[in-house]
Amino acid sequence: MHDLPQQLANGLILGALYGLVAIGYTMVYGIVQLINFAHGEIFMVGGFGALTAYLALPGGTTLWLAIPLMLIAGILVSTLVAVGAERFAYRPLRSAPRLAPLITAIGLSIVLQQLVFSFYPDAKKARVFPKIPGDPFELASVTIQRSDIFLIIAAPICMLILGWFVARTRSGRAMQATSQDPDTAKLMGIDTDRVIVMAFAIGAAFAAVAAVAYGLRTGQVDFRMGFILGLKAFTAAVLGGIGNIYGAMLGGLALGLAEGLATAYVQHIPGMHLFGGGAWKDVWAFVLLIVVLLVRPQGLLGERVADRA
Amino acid sequence: MRHRSALVVSIAVIGALSLSACGSRDEKKAGDTAGGASTTVTIGVDAPLTGDLSALGLGIKNSVDLAIKQANEKNEVPGVKFQIKALDDTAKPAPGQQNATQLVADNSVIGVVGPLNSSVAQSMQQIFNDANLVEISPANTGVALTQGEKWATGTKARPFKSYFRTATTDAVQGPFAAQYLFKDAKKTKVFLIDDQKTYGAGLAATFKGEYTKLGGTIVGEEHVNPDDRDFSAIATKVKASGAEAVYYGGEYPAAGPLSLQLKDAGANIPLMGGDGIQSGDFIKLNPKSQGDLATAVGLPVEALPTAAKFIADYKAAGYKDAYETYGGYSYDSAWAIIQGVKAVVAANGGKLPEKPREKVVEAVQKISFDGVTGKVSFDEFGDTTNKQLTVYAVKDGKWAVEKSGTFAG
Repeated sequence: MHDLPQQLANGLILGALYGLVAIGYTMVYGIVQLINFAHGEIFMVGGFGALTAYLALPGGTTLWLAIPLMLIAGILVSTLVAVGAERFAYRPLRSAPRLAPLITAIGLSIVLQQLVFSFYPDAKKARVFPKIPGDPFELASVTIQRSDIFLIIAAPICMLILGWFVARTRSGRAMQATSQDPDTAKLMGIDTDRVIVMAFAIGAAFAAVAAVAYGLRTGQVDFRMGFILGLKAFTAAVLGGIGNIYGAMLGGLALGLAEGLATAYVQHIPGMHLFGGGAWKDVWAFVLLIVVLLVRPQGLLGERVADRA
Repeated sequence: MRHRSALVVSIAVIGALSLSACGSRDEKKAGDTAGGASTTVTIGVDAPLTGDLSALGLGIKNSVDLAIKQANEKNEVPGVKFQIKALDDTAKPAPGQQNATQLVADNSVIGVVGPLNSSVAQSMQQIFNDANLVEISPANTGVALTQGEKWATGTKARPFKSYFRTATTDAVQGPFAAQYLFKDAKKTKVFLIDDQKTYGAGLAATFKGEYTKLGGTIVGEEHVNPDDRDFSAIATKVKASGAEAVYYGGEYPAAGPLSLQLKDAGANIPLMGGDGIQSGDFIKLNPKSQGDLATAVGLPVEALPTAAKFIADYKAAGYKDAYETYGGYSYDSAWAIIQGVKAVVAANGGKLPEKPREKVVEAVQKISFDGVTGKVSFDEFGDTTNKQLTVYAVKDGKWAVEKSGTFAG
């Protein structure tokens, strides 16, 4: 167990990544009750947007300059795609039965994957993403990768900005109002369409930050990377209580920790040697989800919502 | 609105009809020319042409294409022209099976080169065997494909007589790696990881058998999912285990980030794998690959005098993608089919017989010629008789030959 601190750190870092993507699921769900299954692909296009910016920069540009530019490009691409999707794929279906936009979302996710696959040069195989060079940092017995520093800094900053935005700004309060009761909010003069677009845009921007973090971390992006990660982030959102912003982050962290610890230690529990290791980490992540939903159906931080009249 | 949809439907129907009409016309043409002076036969290719493993797959396709072009230029089989029909299996069994059905149904197809993946081959063998269509894989290394499921217990039985391969098997590749790591590299503690696919798990198992027999210790075992890209938890485990090397059964899309994250985590030990990681993309995806090792079947194409012409011709043909690990084997596979057809035509008085497929299978079994990868001939299981292997190491951003040899016991 002497590597426990390291495994905890691994889990938390991976969890922060899940959390960042999960926020997009949670915000959109909180406001329009839509599970945007295309969100994983919004994350993916963000990664490719950042990669494009990196490739467009002249060789030898320092990463201190490159990373902010990549972030901006990634956020731009993700947000544009998300807002476009909202406008052309979801808004026409807003009053349709809830199943219709869900199916559209799945369709959209396949379309986005195939678009990148077909039209982005060489996207058929994994594309190399830059890494932050240099040796990792050592904190006591824990090793932290340089590339992960980005995520460690970015995730809390993103959360603080979002918390401030939702609680302190006019637009944020409009968002809270819309999520509580869209019809009444509209009667009070809130432009709910604008609020919905905003929720999509913020979620997409966070996904793009996560995509840059993912690229830096694994050194590659590929057109399928949104699928599994999107599914994990969705799980994190449900785990934390879908609709709750802090819940998404907490759910992400819990999921990341569960995966890390399951990979490392389940094998050593007597009688469990067949069910541990990397191959089983997804299983244990979903077991955690089921257990939480059995005990707290609303998720870790979710509130029990009465059905809307 | 109604009008427009009616229009769309009718266009779709017309399109479908004209496509199927084209199909039937083609078949008739193939039948017409069968008795004529010049018959065109097709050599099918099944390989991943898109996706993670497309670098290897495109190398296979281009090399077969090159073999066919040269056979046509030289008029290798008088009266017979060859053409290629390449299908994409995306490295997955289900599309592979559909491709097999499609190739079998095309009467002009006389032999197939491929696939890349052993798991895909499993889904295709029966279909080709039922149609007596010869299939030669340049890359499959799963032992059971030629020697039956019980090969490990010593009961070898060939399941499909139409299946051959120019690549040696994991029964040779895993142990060869084990011998190298233990005897040459003097690593006595190894962490074993595989991706649970037919190829990866098989390789890891044969490695483990030989390595423990030699006296080495397996300090830990892990299985990963082929789509995983985050290995931080496993990297920490490997580091804590005190392993001197990692042996990975799997392919480069996961092996690249795995090796990178291992070294990032501070485990400065080499990762070794089979031919599935011996690709240029492994190095591209992994800036810390220096010192990583891989075995590959046969001798390096570049080092073989017989292959110099192949490399020059491949360059001259101007293919966009490299021939990669299996180029030479694919070229030889295609050439084995061409030689098989040649023998059949010669035995039939200079003409392709009515139903040539079964005769081609028989002819390929008896084939023997000097290919670019060495002598090409097949044993009673359909395996290549060429049991040479090479260990490669990453040096200065390239795979460099570390040691070549013939596997013995």
